[in-house]
Amino acid sequence: MWNQFIEQLDLLPGYLSAHLTLTLVAMAGGMLICLPLALLVLRFERLQAPVLAVASLIQTIPSLALLALMVPLLGQIGFLPAIIALTAYSVLPILRNTLTGILGVDAAIIEAARGVGMRNWQILWRVQLPLASPVIIAGVRTAVVWVVGIATLSTPVGATSLGNYIFSGLQTQNHVAVLMGCMAAGLLAMLLDGLIRLLELAIVNQSRRLGTLAGIGLIGLWLVGSAPLIVVRWSADARPRVTIGGKAFTEQYLLTQLLADRFRAAGFAPQTRESLGSMVIFDALRFGEIDCYVDYSGTIWFNAMKRRDVASAPVVLAQVTEWLADTHEITVLGSLGFENAYAFAMRRDRAAELGLRTISDLARAAPSLTLGADFEFLDRPDWHSVRETYGLQFGERLQLDPTLMYQAVDEGTVDVITAFSTDARIEAYDLVLLEDARHAFPPYDAMILLSARAAEDSEIQAALEPLLGSIAEQTMRGANRMVDVERRSRSEAVAWLLEQAEMVPTD
Amino acid sequence: MIKLHQVSKSFNLGGIKAVDNISFSVEPGHFTVLLGGSGSGKTTTLKMINRLIERSSGDIFVNGIDVGSIDPVELRRGIGYVFQGIGLFPHLSVGANVAVTPQLLGWPKNRIDERVDELLDMVGLPTNEYRERRPRELSGGQRQRVGVARALAARPTLILMDEPFGALDPITRDALQIELKRLQRSLNLTVIMVTHDITEALLLADQIAVMNQGRLEQVGTPRELLTQPVSDYVAALTASPKRKAEQIDALLQRPMGEPSQVEMGSVGISRVALTDLSDQLRID
Repeated sequence: MWNQFIEQLDLLPGYLSAHLTLTLVAMAGGMLICLPLALLVLRFERLQAPVLAVASLIQTIPSLALLALMVPLLGQIGFLPAIIALTAYSVLPILRNTLTGILGVDAAIIEAARGVGMRNWQILWRVQLPLASPVIIAGVRTAVVWVVGIATLSTPVGATSLGNYIFSGLQTQNHVAVLMGCMAAGLLAMLLDGLIRLLELAIVNQSRRLGTLAGIGLIGLWLVGSAPLIVVRWSADARPRVTIGGKAFTEQYLLTQLLADRFRAAGFAPQTRESLGSMVIFDALRFGEIDCYVDYSGTIWFNAMKRRDVASAPVVLAQVTEWLADTHEITVLGSLGFENAYAFAMRRDRAAELGLRTISDLARAAPSLTLGADFEFLDRPDWHSVRETYGLQFGERLQLDPTLMYQAVDEGTVDVITAFSTDARIEAYDLVLLEDARHAFPPYDAMILLSARAAEDSEIQAALEPLLGSIAEQTMRGANRMVDVERRSRSEAVAWLLEQAEMVPTD
Repeated sequence: MIKLHQVSKSFNLGGIKAVDNISFSVEPGHFTVLLGGSGSGKTTTLKMINRLIERSSGDIFVNGIDVGSIDPVELRRGIGYVFQGIGLFPHLSVGANVAVTPQLLGWPKNRIDERVDELLDMVGLPTNEYRERRPRELSGGQRQRVGVARALAARPTLILMDEPFGALDPITRDALQIELKRLQRSLNLTVIMVTHDITEALLLADQIAVMNQGRLEQVGTPRELLTQPVSDYVAALTASPKRKAEQIDALLQRPMGEPSQVEMGSVGISRVALTDLSDQLRID
């Protein structure tokens, strides 16, 4: 526990500074948009309803979806899509409160301002804005708390944030990491809220001292927060850079680190972009935002190529390789040696009781059984394929978080779950996989994909080639078990994986 | 001199005229009251002078200049204005409120500071005690003193006042009326004040313009209004204070302690004002 805490604490400066930068830039952007927009809307009253409606509409888009939508829209992952989505989110509370505040100023006071000889802009700056400032600042405070919270969702679009703790922690069942992420985000939100409150007091009481204090606090926070970034920028690393992407589940966290270790050993300065969404990561490779990652042949076959048929593993691998090279200039370096396929899993005793061994058996019993599936499965072609092939009709279907799925099947809440064949929890919970005799599930060979840039770099290829064919399915499951079941640290699991692959790291 | 010539105002096309073809002029250094009930058009008339409301037709001249020919903001900076109710800026200190117009005019800071001190003393709010206070920390009477100081700040010769004492209690109102009259005389100010209070009008004005339903009923001195009302409306308007004055007069001549028809409290003005009132209203 303590070691886990220390390990997580090491990551804090980087995550915190990235998170703070995201928040502050988004807030600054939100305010820069809102003030002119508010003035425009005040000037042309007819705009008010439509502008507020659009701002509200943005709020109603689930934040994760809004962030993810920015990636194809902008053609890149990372800081920019995150900032744009967060800025859009901050607009509503600031805009609404700015309008409410300014419109709420007593008409008699506005007339007095005109009467003493103020011009319209003087009325705005000297009377309306100061009188509206408590309401406007309340809006800014609401926005800052929201943005700190939502910024944790920047992680899946490739922008580092405190969400890195939460996403990787949830997937690897590392509760210390999840807690660290939540607490750091909570404390940050409270701190920023407090500083803005201080600024508000300074304005209301016209206290220069309080204003200076709040200003120093905000600037100081930013400096402290961005120090690690600056240090990284300035410590001119002569080593060539390479960026590795990874999806958000245990195996991918391990493979990302494994690749990073290989690169480090080969004299590179590797960077990782973890917890990326399945679609985001593919786009990131296409746009050259990342240089390489591990994907599965079936995923490309269905999601990117939109194939609906199923073929044997060598055929799928060959066609995927050809298609990626032709249409996206992406190179398949090769397979790692294991497959991580979808499968139906059941408790051993329950399967025996019902006499189920294959999916064909399952199809007969399915109408009286409940399926627990991960969030994407029921929308995936895999499901359509397997349903068509076997004529599967479950009595009930539940969508569950992957970590909860295993618990649910163990407790008997659901009878069958969708599992990945390398998942260590299959063994840990003593589940059996039902045989896919008719090959309705496509093959899911793990393979290393390279961006166009990386494919031209022979050193990158040389660093990764020893990994090809070196990891057996059992080995991968073993490494996953170390993290998911035995609660060992990631580094330990990766070291073990390298050992098994007979490639002891050189550093 | 202020001159209004055939001035009208209608708020929406084809609607009733809020101000209907009125003409009158105001001599420099004179105190003119626009008197009328609510909806009579008196406040609209006042606001047309500094163009807080734009007239629909007619001409208004301030010191020989057609107000329509100059920048309304410059116009307003040259005219003092005391607002109905609380026209002070709640987020500014008393001193900053008074300093507003000189600041807008770009006076140097030390001159503004001197002027603020001078004015606060002039309206009876010792500067070292009141200058840094916020309007919310003042009583109603004190606020209106600040309002008067603010109107005077840039040394205008013309002051417009919109029911300045309407929200004050009778004793405070009385004291402020007396001080206003003193200030107006000593600074030789031209004042145009809107009120619906006939007694206030009679006591303060050199000239009263009686308005009714957007039209001007009569323009004249208080004495003219009392003695030669030109219409039933003006006669009715002046009847009440005349009757009250006579009753008070009678009361003052009766020995103390005897019962009376008029309760002092219901008249609600101080003894000083009462004597003053009966003096002024005594008709030979």
